[in-house]
Amino acid sequence: MNRYPWWKYTILAIALLVGVTFTLPNFFGEAPAVQVSSGKATLKVDSTTAQRVEQVLKDAGLKPDFVQFEGSSVKARFADGDSQLKAKDALAKALNPDLNDPSYIVALNLLSRSPHWLTAVHALPMYLGLDLRGGVHFLMQVDMKAALTKKAESLAGDIRTLLRDKNLRHAGITRDGNNVDIRFRDRETLNAAATLLADQMAELQWAQTPDGTDFKLTGTLKPEAARLVQDAAIKQNITTLHNRVNALGVAEPVIQQQGTDRVVIELPGVQDTAKAKDLIGRTANLEFRLADMSLEARAAVEGTGPVPFGRERFTVGRGAPVVTHKEAVATGEMLTNAQPRPDQNGQPAVSVSLDAKGGRLMRDMTRANVGNFMAAILFEKGKGEVLTVARIQSEFGNDFQITGMGTTDAANDLALLLRSGSLAAPMEFIQESTVGPTLGADNIAKGFDSVIYGFTAIAVFMCAYYLLFGLFSTAALAFNLLLLVAVLSMLQATLSLPGIAAIALTLGMAIDANVLINERVREELRGGASPQAAINTGYERAFATILDSNVTTLIAGIALLAFGSGPIKGFAVVHCLGILTSMFSAVVFSRGLVNLWYGRQKKLKGVLIGQVWKPKTTSTDVSANT
Amino acid sequence: MEFFRIQRDIPFMRHALVFNVISLLTFLVAVFFLVTKGLHLSIEFKGGTLIEASYAQAADIGKVRSTVEAMQVGEVQVQSFGNTRNVLIRLPVSGDGKLGDMVDRVFGELCKAEAGTVSKKQVKTDKGEVIDKPVCEAGSAEPVTLQRSEFVGPQVGKELAEDGAKALAFVVIGITIYLAFRFEWKFSVAAIVANLHDVVIILGFFAFFQWEFSLSVLAAVLAVLGYSVNESVVIFDRIREAFRRYRKMDTHQVIDHAITSTMSRTIITHGSTQMMVLSMLIFGGPTLHYFAVALTIGILFGIYSSVFVAAAIAMWLGVKREDLMKSGPSKDVDPNDPNAGAVV
Repeated sequence: MNRYPWWKYTILAIALLVGVTFTLPNFFGEAPAVQVSSGKATLKVDSTTAQRVEQVLKDAGLKPDFVQFEGSSVKARFADGDSQLKAKDALAKALNPDLNDPSYIVALNLLSRSPHWLTAVHALPMYLGLDLRGGVHFLMQVDMKAALTKKAESLAGDIRTLLRDKNLRHAGITRDGNNVDIRFRDRETLNAAATLLADQMAELQWAQTPDGTDFKLTGTLKPEAARLVQDAAIKQNITTLHNRVNALGVAEPVIQQQGTDRVVIELPGVQDTAKAKDLIGRTANLEFRLADMSLEARAAVEGTGPVPFGRERFTVGRGAPVVTHKEAVATGEMLTNAQPRPDQNGQPAVSVSLDAKGGRLMRDMTRANVGNFMAAILFEKGKGEVLTVARIQSEFGNDFQITGMGTTDAANDLALLLRSGSLAAPMEFIQESTVGPTLGADNIAKGFDSVIYGFTAIAVFMCAYYLLFGLFSTAALAFNLLLLVAVLSMLQATLSLPGIAAIALTLGMAIDANVLINERVREELRGGASPQAAINTGYERAFATILDSNVTTLIAGIALLAFGSGPIKGFAVVHCLGILTSMFSAVVFSRGLVNLWYGRQKKLKGVLIGQVWKPKTTSTDVSANT
Repeated sequence: MEFFRIQRDIPFMRHALVFNVISLLTFLVAVFFLVTKGLHLSIEFKGGTLIEASYAQAADIGKVRSTVEAMQVGEVQVQSFGNTRNVLIRLPVSGDGKLGDMVDRVFGELCKAEAGTVSKKQVKTDKGEVIDKPVCEAGSAEPVTLQRSEFVGPQVGKELAEDGAKALAFVVIGITIYLAFRFEWKFSVAAIVANLHDVVIILGFFAFFQWEFSLSVLAAVLAVLGYSVNESVVIFDRIREAFRRYRKMDTHQVIDHAITSTMSRTIITHGSTQMMVLSMLIFGGPTLHYFAVALTIGILFGIYSSVFVAAAIAMWLGVKREDLMKSGPSKDVDPNDPNAGAVV
């Protein structure tokens, strides 16, 4: 009865193998590396960049362990910090012709020292949280009210244009909070306007109210439209933040949405909050400008002549170099949306929407300039980067399309870039924390010590008290630790100090299952059951209890996961995973060990589970069988 | 080795009333301190700024306090953290200006008090990571370093407190429903009352000693709630089994038997968990200190409440054999099973 079928052993063996494989990378430590990622939104890092990096390093006489392209960056690992620094200098010089305006971010980083075959199966070390590796954490609140107001403002402008185009005379359009109020002198105009607006302005809910002698039409932003505005606002802000954080040269920044109106930014390794905040909080601006294609300007583009008066030359970005007029036709504030959308021929294109004012300006400009070129330029810290240069095909207004993208990716990128020009809504820092790197290392050491000493104490006790079964329990507990670390490495869940505490606590709680089993087996033996039967019933009876008790603990864990944030979440993730792995290891794995050891022995005389004490006089009232 | 050599069932339930009175008193005392003294909430809940600075020599707490107080930023708390060289400075949320700049300003003042100047420096860690950090320099020495800082806006704190309350409610409701489904409503009520009384007592300790109640302490409290419900579950499991098996016993005897037969497991399990927690308390450093303290109190009272309170409440609520016979999964003991019965 105490034998596992072969497939159960196979499952255990596979679990062990996977556990060991994914835990291994954590033991190799980290080696210095250089990471090259794109510093310009228009520049993509790919495998050709990796070849280039390799070449640069070869020319500089440096021998990296390897150079690889992964995700959106190229990483090169080195044996020592000295060559790491040399490599950084060499790469920065070779890849960035203008050091004041770098196209690539060359950052120092740490890479796992684990052998290549481990990395190849995606076995990576656990992802350490900021409290363990040091760095800055920001939580930013997006001012959604401002985003909605901005939307209402732009809608009011659109309505004004619309009514004028249709020759409907109104007595004033005002924005009141997120509502748009339109006054009319007479009822006919009001009715005509109401029909028109209900048709054309689907984002607003219209209602008529008498207002003194006038008639008033009030438009309220529909809830679903408001939600779209908010969604778009936070997405755009995150994109913008990405661009800005890139400029900091942080190796692995994290920028995530939290809830509906918050953004979390984590910058490992950064200690200078003031500089980080300055960069994150700055403003960028987008401008649409008419390109100059005159002979003088062409000469300036080629660098053979001076830049004509009132023109500006841009050398960075897509379509650069280009010479444009200095004054903008429309700016980023007038841009209401930019989305990748195929044109009528199904080719990738970006459709751009401007507000009423922008549309009017655009119409005036394009009317006179069909056939000429227009450029979109992103200004950050006074430096311009060309996003696109496109030919004006016809006169257009609020909505227009930029075609000739070539690929869908390019269209997506451009749409994103156009939108990322400025923040959709202002943001405010509502939480920030900094952890020094020495403190982080200290935290790791302390957490690690807690786990090791606690584990040892439990192991010693279990082995002394339950002898061989204690050894099995300890092995199961070690297996649990192995699996937990493996799962955490596999999921790349962030491990923080509370997470380490959760590992310790989970191990302390997990031993409960084995104590339950061992006590049950002893009890069965005490009752006179044969050793094999005692093992079998002991495990079986204990299981229901183990399940119940783990479910209640899991409920608490899930509550923490659902409602917790920050340190609580870090704790809860590990806690929940630990409960699951402990169920498997304490019941299935330890049983497997016991079965392997005792299962084959047909005439088992006794089991090594420590002393089984029997009461001298069995009290009569409890020994009765059912 | 066998620690528990119990000849016959210990008549716990005979003293149930006494235990319940003791529980009630402890509970009331805890509530009293919670109401009068209140919890010393960390800045995570209240909002504010926290700065941990490390001095080259033992820090002069009084001097640090007067330096920061001179900035007139409201009520300042300064205490040593972990060892004598580290100080923890807490500042309240002040209504004006950019709160996030507070860290830099305070650090600047602390540095000035040590006759140093703050400058931005690129520092390379031993791992090869290059970090920008503000460094305080006085000649060639570095009298004070910034270890860690935290700023929490007031709205975040309020939300965290609300989320904490929600999590607690979720745990209580979740466990109650699960136990009612798995056993019977009387048991689930008993288990929840007993374990909530633990939670209140832990909070009472934190209020009485004015220990800092942070997010990690909250996590510990909720984890311990789930954990000590285990204890009740194990005992209830035994009660159910005993009801099925020993038809001659009355409710008192059944409960006594269940508690006695799980005694050994209770002590060993909690002992083991406590060993782990103790290890955290000793080696985990100041950050994990109160987390481990909350767990310790929770584990100790968890044993007490599961053994003496939960079962007793279930008894007062009038659990009967019939309650469990009709409900519960039908894994009744087969009378022909040679392994059944013969359990003490």
